[in-house]
Amino acid sequence: MINLEVPKKLRALAQQAHDVAAEYFRPISRRYDREEHKRPTELDPLAAVMEGMAASGATFGAGAGAARKERTREGNRNGANMATLLGLIELAWGDVGLLLSLPRQGLGNAAIAAVANEEQRTRFAGRWAAMAITEPEAGSDSAAIKTTARLEGDHWVLNGEKIYVTAGERADLVVVWATLDPSKGRAAIKPFVVEKGTPGLTVERLEEKLGIRASDTAALRLDNCRIPKENLLGSPEIEVEKGFGGVKETFDNTRPLVAGMAVGLARACLEETRRVLGEEGVSDDPQLPPALQTGAAARLLELEADYEAARLLALQAAWMADNGKPNSLQASMAKAKAGRSCVEIALACVELCGALGYSEELLLEKWARDAKILDIFEGTQQIQLLIVARQLLGKGSKELR
Amino acid sequence: MSSASTARRLGLKALRRLSASQPFQRAGAKRRLERFLYVASKESVGVASRLATGRPPARQRQAATQELFDLTPTEEQQLLQGAVREVAERVVRPAAKEADEGLAVPEAVRAQIAELGLVSLGLPAELGGAVAERSSVTAVLAYEALAWGDLGIAAAELGSAAFCTALSLWGDGDQQAAYLPPFATEQPPVGAVALAENRPLDNPFWPRTRARRWGEGWLLEGEKGLVIRGAEAAVALISARTERGPALFIVELGSRGVGVEPQPAMGLRPAATARLRLDRVAVPAEALLAGGDPKVFAEAVARSRLAWVALAVGCCQAVLDYVIPYVKERKAFGEPIANRQAVAFMVANIAIELEGMRLLCLRGASRADQGMEFVREAALARAFAARRASAIGSDGVQLLGGHGYVKEHPVERWYRDLRAIGAVEGGLLV
Repeated sequence: MINLEVPKKLRALAQQAHDVAAEYFRPISRRYDREEHKRPTELDPLAAVMEGMAASGATFGAGAGAARKERTREGNRNGANMATLLGLIELAWGDVGLLLSLPRQGLGNAAIAAVANEEQRTRFAGRWAAMAITEPEAGSDSAAIKTTARLEGDHWVLNGEKIYVTAGERADLVVVWATLDPSKGRAAIKPFVVEKGTPGLTVERLEEKLGIRASDTAALRLDNCRIPKENLLGSPEIEVEKGFGGVKETFDNTRPLVAGMAVGLARACLEETRRVLGEEGVSDDPQLPPALQTGAAARLLELEADYEAARLLALQAAWMADNGKPNSLQASMAKAKAGRSCVEIALACVELCGALGYSEELLLEKWARDAKILDIFEGTQQIQLLIVARQLLGKGSKELR
Repeated sequence: MSSASTARRLGLKALRRLSASQPFQRAGAKRRLERFLYVASKESVGVASRLATGRPPARQRQAATQELFDLTPTEEQQLLQGAVREVAERVVRPAAKEADEGLAVPEAVRAQIAELGLVSLGLPAELGGAVAERSSVTAVLAYEALAWGDLGIAAAELGSAAFCTALSLWGDGDQQAAYLPPFATEQPPVGAVALAENRPLDNPFWPRTRARRWGEGWLLEGEKGLVIRGAEAAVALISARTERGPALFIVELGSRGVGVEPQPAMGLRPAATARLRLDRVAVPAEALLAGGDPKVFAEAVARSRLAWVALAVGCCQAVLDYVIPYVKERKAFGEPIANRQAVAFMVANIAIELEGMRLLCLRGASRADQGMEFVREAALARAFAARRASAIGSDGVQLLGGHGYVKEHPVERWYRDLRAIGAVEGGLLV
């Protein structure tokens, strides 16, 4: 029976996440935006709190270790994917940069959750894992990865350069994507877990960014970095027909979550703008046709409609994952819609609040800077459109490039 | 023929059509469908006697509140949707061009749509209704499927359902007994819901049409615009402003002072839109619906907005389904234009905004079904569709280029029809 309301049992969990966002994130938001690269130590005790919540089915943070396809079961389920999404919406409402800095909740954790075997899952449990895919010459085109992995006895030897590694400095582990054979394309690209402190792995620099400045974004160098053979996630076989399995599986699971972050940030902007406008006596009336309202009120309604569409698309993608339905198309739709909407909403809210919105007195200008990354990482807007278009048109990457 | 047996026959007609669809063959489905449709249930016995005046109004059951988020329609909804889609594809789409040009739905098409029994979706069983539980979601799914065939034809054929739904939801026993039984007969009259007025910045909550006290009754004065099948309609629900605010009045269009003239528009042409003039039209006190309750009025506006969004969703889906094969076949510069991102991304964006629109509409409808506030959700769905549906209509033409601009393809018609969303209020209800 069709129902698009969030279930009560998950609302309590979302409320917990909201409290964390309101009490821990918001008060230190501005400080860590100004002091880029300073580790927000206030978040350290939160790791335990998050793991407590995880016991109830959800994990928070970019990694969202529990977010994975559920096996099909009889009946309708609202499970870990939806719980995680709802939690992330709330945390992102607080601060996206700080959310990405939550210990032990890295994107690498999602890769481990998606493709690691039991032994590896146990071995890496409770560790904070960053994800290293992008290279200076390979962004959205991850098949162009040049970092190599060479087997020498019981060790893999990694060589290459990785950039834009979220939590690359603070994490305990880095999941490095490297190729076993550059001539064999996607199928030869595999994820390897590298422990921080392994000789040959160095943090080259930390990026200075437009937004999400509370989150460290590192450039890493791998120079004859030797790791144990059993740190390869998945199979070492190069199965051409399976292609890019690992990366795709990971991203199918994380795209709705990034959409959720965008939804949370957009809601923060809308709430703050409604408050600021309300103090000026401007309020919107959903019943009245937009043309009969003030320009600001009409614009706010228009933005809220986009926000709501993005939110429902993200919920749909998570619900499908919870129920074992293939959701690659819906995940990309959600990410595309939420990513572009949150940027548009954040920038429009700055404009609606004028000089005040543009100044550092409010957090709106910071959210507008933070927003932009959500339309870029985990697959840019253009990559999402490609995924959607290829599925709708039945085209492969050779025809529709 | 008594309305009881007609009700049973209407239900059976729908049932027969439904039973022809594949999933129905499963065991147990027939029984569930019969319960859903109220066919041969004891509740439809003695219907006629319960339609006497002075009785309390008949109402459909409200759905129970759902705990879990769920996007799967019930089996019955899927069956109905499948049956409507089949008629939309086989009957409605092929007739759309003729209906657009002729400003009317061909009789044969009308008859086949009538067999689906959509008018009776919103009626309680005692009044010839087909569905035990009041469900806007069911209406949204069915309306969407019909509008996939043609938005204008869907609007034309759902106007009477709006009148019936309004009286089922808010009419008192006398009003129901006086006006609803004819709608469950073989030759149902045409009913309409007229909210929109012919002026810029039209505010449905502040109509210019006035209702003044006149003895025991009311005197209506004003003008309504884009009334669906206005010239044929026998009775309409008309919004007018009383000293206490906007209210809905049941007006028999044969009354003295009522003037009707055709008001053809950019689109919705099969719906034969008309201008309705009310020149000191006297109606009795009993013509006022729900005692002028402002909550009922707001709900009527919201339900009408959801109905239009449902139609937009169906029509936008038609656009998407039409452009996909076109851009894959159409060649330029030696390859299909679908191979170009500029084209492929337009298709992707149609799908993304359409899916958002569908979810917004379903959320409003599912909240309505569960007795939750849904005015804001309906308004957001409308605000979204007002912008996105038009843009999708435009993209549909754009993707076909010059071919899209000529009447050889349906996209120019969809372009015209989709502009109705956001421009009109009233006419339809879920």
